[in-house]
Amino acid sequence: MRLFKKKSTEILEGDLTPMIDMTFQLIAFFMLLINFSEVDRAEEILLPSSVLAVPPEVRPDYQIILNLEPSGVVVFEGQKNGIDLLNPLLSRQVDAAAREGIRDPADIAVIIRSHEDTPTGVVQELMAKCQESELQSFSLRVKNQK
Amino acid sequence: MQMSISEPEEIKINMTAMIDIVFQLLVFFIMTFKVVAMEGDFNIKMPLASESADSLDEELPDLITVRLEAGENGNISSIIVDDSETLREATMFPDLTNIVEDRLAGEGNPEQGSETEVEFDIDYNLKYSYTVKAIAAVSGKVVGDGKLKPLIKKVKFKDVGNGL
Repeated sequence: MRLFKKKSTEILEGDLTPMIDMTFQLIAFFMLLINFSEVDRAEEILLPSSVLAVPPEVRPDYQIILNLEPSGVVVFEGQKNGIDLLNPLLSRQVDAAAREGIRDPADIAVIIRSHEDTPTGVVQELMAKCQESELQSFSLRVKNQK
Repeated sequence: MQMSISEPEEIKINMTAMIDIVFQLLVFFIMTFKVVAMEGDFNIKMPLASESADSLDEELPDLITVRLEAGENGNISSIIVDDSETLREATMFPDLTNIVEDRLAGEGNPEQGSETEVEFDIDYNLKYSYTVKAIAAVSGKVVGDGKLKPLIKKVKFKDVGNGL
């Protein structure tokens, strides 16, 4: 009596083409959405929110993003500094802008990303410090509340 | 002479290594993906003190002064508009919007908002979130159909730019 059927020993190969197609599309999706400007953002800073703050339509020719913690520490390009120590950094930015053809510091946009609990006086101190480097166009960045 | 025609063999490429890499890439992108909230700006022009002095000869824009007073723990206690009207209620921010709107309507020019300037005098300890609320309150309002009605376009801080 024959108990077992003789099984085929051929290797079964499923068609992997649709799965690979889909995987490549997913990779393309995530690559397009990946944010390389994380260095400009400090995750620990909780921005205040407003309905009226509109996202900028045009990116400024040159911008300096200053993240301000409630303690008065400024996070700039991933480095933490006190407001008093910002002058050399700001001067370097003004020089860098001049090399890119922006000769007037007034045309440099200073974007202040301040924590919502920061005393406003500290924000004003930061603006005054920027003015020492002849910067005068400020944008207070807030979370867009929709 | 007999010629043998051999059937072409099917060439099989080993895809395993590529699929491994692709899946690792996919996992990397999924793990590092962050949903970033939309952000917007309130623009503030703060001319330098010397430039302010140069522009004294120019016609000064209409000015509304808004004082924001801090209470305990940096929370807002009152808003004083033009040293005359004091707002203390929970609705102080909508009230501020209404005062600014009435002022602009009183000028009789709906485009007056582009000329009128608001100067904020803010207590040092006031939390920044209240400052942003006040700036938003004078900048515009949301009307019935969800559209934004712009009010004041020029905002400045007292004591910044004039020698803090």
